[in-house]
Amino acid sequence: MRIILFILSCISLSSYAGVIKVGREQQHKSITAAIDAARAGDTVLVDGGIYYEKNLVINKPIVLKGVNQPVLDAEKKYENISVKSDNVTIQGFVLQHTGVSSIVDYAAVKIYNSRNVSVIDNIVKDAFFGIYSQYGTRCLIKNNTLTAFAKTEQSSGNGIHCWKSDSMQIIGNTVTGHRDGIYFEFVTNSVIWRNQSFKNLRYGLHFMFSNNDAYINNVFQNNGAGVAVMFSKEVKMFNNFFQENWGDAAYGILLKEINDSYIEGNHFEKNTSAIYAEGANRIFVKRNIFKNNGWAFKIQASCSEVMLEYNNFLGNIFDVGTNGSLVLNRFNNNYWDKYEGYDLNRDNIGDIPYRPVSMYSMIVERNPPAVILFHSMMVSLMDKSEKIIPSLTPENLKDEHPMMKPLLL
Amino acid sequence: MVKIFKYVIIDILRNKIILAYTVFLLVLSLSIFNLEDSSAKGILSLLNIVLIIVPMVSILFATIYIYNSAEFLELLVSQPLKRKTIWLSMFGGLAFSLVTAFLVGVGIPVLLYEASSAGIMLITSGVLLTVIFVAIALLAGVKIRDKARGIGTVILLWLYFSLLFDGIVLFILFQFADYPLEKLMVGITTLNPIGLSRILVLLKMDISAMMGYTGAIFKDFFGTTIGMIISLLVLLLWIVLPGWLSVRKFNHKDL
Repeated sequence: MRIILFILSCISLSSYAGVIKVGREQQHKSITAAIDAARAGDTVLVDGGIYYEKNLVINKPIVLKGVNQPVLDAEKKYENISVKSDNVTIQGFVLQHTGVSSIVDYAAVKIYNSRNVSVIDNIVKDAFFGIYSQYGTRCLIKNNTLTAFAKTEQSSGNGIHCWKSDSMQIIGNTVTGHRDGIYFEFVTNSVIWRNQSFKNLRYGLHFMFSNNDAYINNVFQNNGAGVAVMFSKEVKMFNNFFQENWGDAAYGILLKEINDSYIEGNHFEKNTSAIYAEGANRIFVKRNIFKNNGWAFKIQASCSEVMLEYNNFLGNIFDVGTNGSLVLNRFNNNYWDKYEGYDLNRDNIGDIPYRPVSMYSMIVERNPPAVILFHSMMVSLMDKSEKIIPSLTPENLKDEHPMMKPLLL
Repeated sequence: MVKIFKYVIIDILRNKIILAYTVFLLVLSLSIFNLEDSSAKGILSLLNIVLIIVPMVSILFATIYIYNSAEFLELLVSQPLKRKTIWLSMFGGLAFSLVTAFLVGVGIPVLLYEASSAGIMLITSGVLLTVIFVAIALLAGVKIRDKARGIGTVILLWLYFSLLFDGIVLFILFQFADYPLEKLMVGITTLNPIGLSRILVLLKMDISAMMGYTGAIFKDFFGTTIGMIISLLVLLLWIVLPGWLSVRKFNHKDL
């Protein structure tokens, strides 16, 4: 009986939710008018075409859905859509020409203090900020494509920007040409999954004061400075690709003041520094592949209890770089392609420890112009003698159980 | 001139050392390319050979040859020939045979396995280094009469260019660490043909992009067409200058 009642109430509820159509041949010519006419729970269907709605404000829980990709143009003056209500869905639009301001953060979609907002399948072109959430909770940002043409950091905004939000889901988006691809500040319990962030001016992902978040299966490629994860704790970074973050100050990941986090199963390829860690504590770095980087792992002496285990280091110019002799971190069971030891008992673990910090990398760390001596006879002689009697390189920074063969990752 | 040139080459070929050198280079480069898993890595290993062995063999062989041909030179000088012609044919003969050995020993394997811009640059700089060190050897051979002293000097010169110079650079870097030395370093490298060729080849490989800020500065200079042309001109100057000095010295030398 209860079930029947429930089903009946469902039907009656859904029968209340009407459909309002917008388009040249429809009842409403503008979206603003349609939203004014809509009641909570209604669906507003927008036909293809171009709409100049100035700043479209959604202040009731409705579904705003584009049919045949209608274009919403903000004429470079306004915010395209402002969401000021819970339970709003925005789907299937092309949002373009968002206003640019140095006082207000205009965005293609801005979520103000709302819950359960979904932004799905939109194309955002030439926006200042792309999709912006401030005090958003349980919002879903999925399968959007954001393209901007940022020239300077001052005059551009971030692709997906979340500020003081909670339980966000950022899934399957593509962001390019913004200042930061994805930006998190004071965001908790959120997931960033299967996004692509490339050719952004500054960071592919910028992460600050955001605890208990995970980013998984993303691709960060060719961004100005790679990915920055700062002042956060309990961040999980799994199975991401960090590629071709080249340049004067580019990192695969920059870790700054990070505690209790996990970096597992990631691929780092062709970055100037794959991981640069400063003030990082209790980080597990496991089962990653570091391939063809300038520095695979730059770890400053301010880090403690960073555990590097079961990683593959292949074809990097320098495996590990550091700036002091204090070592509070552990290296274990990694595969280093530069390892020259032997394995008498054939258990696939080298019998003598491997020291991943070379003398030359210490010299370059202290004196950057010394890169000009890279690959010279002088340098290889120094490295060889240092391997036998370490003087400049930290005595304790070593892998006690290096693997003889690359791990299957 | 052509006659003397030909005679020098035949004479060099007859003593078989050049042949052995060719075979050695060939075996070495082929085995490197077959052992390394990627041919780009092979270029990197070959670079070490080119930077160490090629200058050494060139400078030593040329010096010893000059000393051993002292009597032949005296004979030639007594003929109605210009001294400049005699000396330049000597230079040409030595350079030609060593360059041929290098091209067969390293050039062909590189073209076969990795004919990229880095490979071409490796061949170019190897050829230039050979000629440069022959020129330096000629200068040393004409300046120093005593054979033992001559050869000793030449060994020291080789050590200087391949090892000591870099040590001095490192010393300068650490002594003046408080100053921005990047631009100065670009200038200083032109003083060492071995270092200059090393940088030219490395910049042709994509690893150069990973050397951070300073690497970028070097790339800004050496990586551009103008920088490349200037560096190649500097290397040519390293041939012309010792060559010209040795010709001048030989013209007035009392044999």
